[in-house]
Amino acid sequence: MSNNEKMYDNRLGIIGWLGGGRWGIERYLYIIHRLAGVGVLIFFILHIFEGNLRIFGPEIWNPVMKVMEHPVFKVGELFIIIGFAFHALNGIRLILIELGWAVGKAEEPVYPYKSSLNTQRPLMVIMFLLATLLILAGGFDLMFLGH
Amino acid sequence: MRDMKSEVGYWTFFIIAGIVVFVLLFFHMMIIHMDGLLGIFNPAGGSALDWKNVIYRSHSAFFTTIYIILLAAALYHGFYGLRTILFELGLKKRTQSFITIAVWIIGITLFSVGVFANIAVQTVKAAG
Ligand code: HEM
Ligand code: HEM
Repeated sequence: MSNNEKMYDNRLGIIGWLGGGRWGIERYLYIIHRLAGVGVLIFFILHIFEGNLRIFGPEIWNPVMKVMEHPVFKVGELFIIIGFAFHALNGIRLILIELGWAVGKAEEPVYPYKSSLNTQRPLMVIMFLLATLLILAGGFDLMFLGH
Repeated sequence: MRDMKSEVGYWTFFIIAGIVVFVLLFFHMMIIHMDGLLGIFNPAGGSALDWKNVIYRSHSAFFTTIYIILLAAALYHGFYGLRTILFELGLKKRTQSFITIAVWIIGITLFSVGVFANIAVQTVKAAG
């Protein structure tokens, strides 16, 4: 960007991030993708320090893991599984589209019109089924097998 | 123009890091969160978080390598993402440069902390 290029104000600020108005479902997925990304990032920073406790040996590790068995942490873990599964699968969808896959070639608009949504919507549905599957498997393991 | 070029480079790396994170984190989550269903890489059985399982993975060169790559890729991807979100507020150029430098410093510091632990854990005894 050159120095004399005008910078525009982001007039709506944070409201502009959070509000999706009457745009399609993908606009709302973008908000969730962002929240999940930041959520996992915050978790990850804490995770680096907590995971590092293993250098102090079992005398420290075991009591800390006992604390992690508290329901509050279990629910937190479930949120991380959900955030990860959503962000990961939705991220792959975004990468495929950003690389031009599922966008389609330019062609003359002849009725009945073809829309790239015809491929992008099914892609979204497939990704969501996969994310749901992951969440169910991880959630079942966490909540019912007690791991 | 030069800024624009390096931005494309940063972004491409962000996407590559996303794919690397996808593969490695998937693996991590399968080991840690499907331990009851799959039980892979948990030789002592029970929970993936039991000390014997954790120290087995920590002492393996394979997992140490994977963790260091995952650390780097997830930190780069996460902090580039955070930077994008902040930039969308329409910041001044000086503020943008400040944020870029700040996320590099924080990222490299966290990476060093993680790498240090991965090396230090090699001498921790497995018994306990
Ligand atoms: C599991 C594999 C992952 C994939 C495939 C992935 C993919 C993506 C993609 C494609 C974007 C760009 C979204 C856009 O263009 O609007 C993105 C944004 C982001 N990701 Fe990831 N990601 C992954 C994991 C992670 C992890 C582990 C973290 C946290 C450490 C993270 C944090 C973020 C953040 C903060 C953003 C910025 C969100 C935004 O600009 O709206 N991601 N991710
Ligand atoms: C709630 C979910 C998670 C749990 C319970 C968990 C558990 C663990 C444990 C016990 C270790 C220690 C090594 C081992 O036992 O093999 C570890 C290391 C690691 N995890 Fe996770 N993890 C989770 C989610 C994540 C996520 C979402 C990320 C990426 C953003 C991640 C990235 C890493 C990395 C990079 C290491 C090596 C870190 C280091 O040595 O500094 N984990 N994790």
